[in-house]
Amino acid sequence: MNPEIGHYALVLSLAVAILMTVIPIWGARAGDAALMKVGTTLALVLAGFVGLSFATLVVAYVQSDFSVLNVVENSHSAKPLLYRITGTWGNHEGSMLLWVLVLAIFAALVALFGNNLPARLKANVLGVQGSVATAFLLFILLTSNPFTRVIPPPAEGQDLNPILQDIGLAIHPPLLYLGYVGFSITFAFAVAALIEGRIDATWARWVRPWALTAWAFLTLGIAMGSYWAYYELGWGGWWFWDPVENASLMPWFAGTALIHSAVVMEKRDALKVWTVLLAILAFSLSLLGTFLVRSGVLTSVHAFATDPSRGVFILAILVFFIGGSLALYALRAPMLRQGGLFAPVSREGALVLNNLLLTAAAAAVLVGTLYPLALEALDGSKITVGPPYFNLTVGALMLPVAFAMPFGPLLAWKRGDLIGASQRLMAAFGAGIVIAALAAYAQGGGPVLAPFGMGLAAFVVIGAVAEVIERAGFGRVPRATAFARLRGLPRAVFGGALAHAGVGVCLFGIIAETSWNAERIAGVKVGGSFEVGGYELTLDRLEPRNGPNYRDLVGVFSVRRGGVEHGTIESAKRLFTARNMPTTESGIRTMGFSQLYVSLGDELPGGGVGVRAYWKPFVTLIWIGSIIMALGGALSLSDRRLRVGAPKPAKKPKVKPDPASPVPAE
Amino acid sequence: MTRKGRRLLVISCALGMLGIAAGLVLFALNDTIVFFRTPSEIAAEGTRPGTRLRLGGLVKDGSVAHTDGTHVRFVVTDHGADMSVAYVGLLPDLFREGQGVIAEGVIAPDGSFAADSVLAKHDENYMPKEVAEALKKQGVWKEGEATP
Repeated sequence: MNPEIGHYALVLSLAVAILMTVIPIWGARAGDAALMKVGTTLALVLAGFVGLSFATLVVAYVQSDFSVLNVVENSHSAKPLLYRITGTWGNHEGSMLLWVLVLAIFAALVALFGNNLPARLKANVLGVQGSVATAFLLFILLTSNPFTRVIPPPAEGQDLNPILQDIGLAIHPPLLYLGYVGFSITFAFAVAALIEGRIDATWARWVRPWALTAWAFLTLGIAMGSYWAYYELGWGGWWFWDPVENASLMPWFAGTALIHSAVVMEKRDALKVWTVLLAILAFSLSLLGTFLVRSGVLTSVHAFATDPSRGVFILAILVFFIGGSLALYALRAPMLRQGGLFAPVSREGALVLNNLLLTAAAAAVLVGTLYPLALEALDGSKITVGPPYFNLTVGALMLPVAFAMPFGPLLAWKRGDLIGASQRLMAAFGAGIVIAALAAYAQGGGPVLAPFGMGLAAFVVIGAVAEVIERAGFGRVPRATAFARLRGLPRAVFGGALAHAGVGVCLFGIIAETSWNAERIAGVKVGGSFEVGGYELTLDRLEPRNGPNYRDLVGVFSVRRGGVEHGTIESAKRLFTARNMPTTESGIRTMGFSQLYVSLGDELPGGGVGVRAYWKPFVTLIWIGSIIMALGGALSLSDRRLRVGAPKPAKKPKVKPDPASPVPAE
Repeated sequence: MTRKGRRLLVISCALGMLGIAAGLVLFALNDTIVFFRTPSEIAAEGTRPGTRLRLGGLVKDGSVAHTDGTHVRFVVTDHGADMSVAYVGLLPDLFREGQGVIAEGVIAPDGSFAADSVLAKHDENYMPKEVAEALKKQGVWKEGEATP
């Protein structure tokens, strides 16, 4: 396909996006149903054109069309097909195009499945979505055109940054963008509601599925990015508090708060003003993340290119959307009617606590990320805010969240019974103490925080199970009735419990890995061996190998524990010939939930090689827990009451409430 | 409790918590920030041993010495002053003599620098932003030029 087709499709997309911004909103103001309906068509057309444009770029990459500058700079004909495809978004221009593609897809989904929305709200939502698309399409066309030609075309490309030549590039950015950009929908809903000046509980019901979808994808995107960094960078770390990681964590905190406060709004018609603000904040933080990553104000693996004009442009977009939406919020929020009173100890109260802590965490991360930039702009001094800051603040804010988590769902709406909830959590509490005692015994001295944290994690997991058991009424009603109730529970209950359990699992992995990991750095000759975490690793041989566009020096280690063979680990130093750039291909062996991690350093003058080896107990639980969280989100999403586009739910006869139970059946 | 009293209670709890969070942030910031310095700046300021810093500059040509498999010494220079760095561990993939580097650690009593991490670069053309600016200020390197 001709790259000009892609460029032209992009220009057409801009035209469509402008129409999509103007016509439906105008229609909504004028009350013209026909104009409002145009939004639906335009959203689909927009997705079509952006899709065509993106496909053109992918084809240029697959065919190694070196007349396109972007392909020359980021591809190589010897690169495997998968990396030629993923290379499309492994650079600034292509990743912005992917960003807009995801945006257009979300708008099209609203257009397709938003049939149950009031026409006016839908028109405004699509209009706002169109305005975001307009801004970013302008950005691409004016500063980051991926279709620029080179004449004469070079014979060979400069290859993709080797660190990106990995399956991770196929998974991490698309997932992350589905999360980041997914919050544009909740943002559009919030702004649309503010434009109308009207908002009620049904608004929350429409927004929740989108917020949940975005949140689940963002959770997966962050987790996959973390695992990718873990195995690719060769330092054995899974979270570096790198500004770019923080940029994805801030919307995650805001989004997590949003999916919880939307529940309060839907069920109790309370916290409306706050929920709308969160919806705006979640996307604003996504935009801020895009700015931090794409503007080049930060040096990181994600900063592909630094061009000041781009930074200024994104900053302008940022100011326009964040400033505009917050101004609108300030103007209209007082008009939103407040409702639904509640006591401090109640389900609402617990969710408010969760929201406060999560937003405080987001703010702490924001301060730590922006403080160095602000200080440098003010007096030119260069500082770094490192992991100790983030561990202290986010850790201190997240521990109470984890502790309060099992209590929340057991409290009744309006007025809860904290003592009753505590009694029902006795089993979970006991399990936590047992796990903590076991951990303390296994560790035999050392940091006190480790057994405590693991006990807390167990409390969270068992507490989530306890919630489901409690709701079904096991122990209070005959077993058959309880099973019948269990089947009758809404999927959102299981989804919520599963997500909470995932948090516990993830927390367990984090605590276990950080407090019990073992590191060993050694210089090893062939035949030599060293010990890490109770395992004995022997370097059997060092051998060169050739790949399609790289050369490897592979170290083969055999693993033994107490004389028993535990297989081998292959770890490599890889040299990418096109860029003459080495990377570390760490060797990982998973045993249960734990991993042995080996990366190779330089060859040593006296023969042999530098080796860095880690024993990482329960490390995989960090990512497994994140996946469980996302699965919980998906399960909630499949709840028929939340299904996008589902007709208004008919009142289903509920399972008979147990008069003895202060906990409502749902 | 009255409607008003109840709301007041919730709001004051919320504000109290936010206050605690803000205090925590300030406390943590005060304690954990690390300044970036070049060898010339350290020489000029006479920075005391024990201070935690990020040291940036170029790896001096011919200065890298592996004492054994894991102990490395090298010199960081900004062409105004030199600073000797000791590091235990594997150097990042793109650590090269004559290229930009950032080491984080503390100044040892003997005036050398004990690094506990050496910043990895992600790209062969990459020059840490702080280093590039510091070198530009010294006038020894300009954007777009090959590294001196």
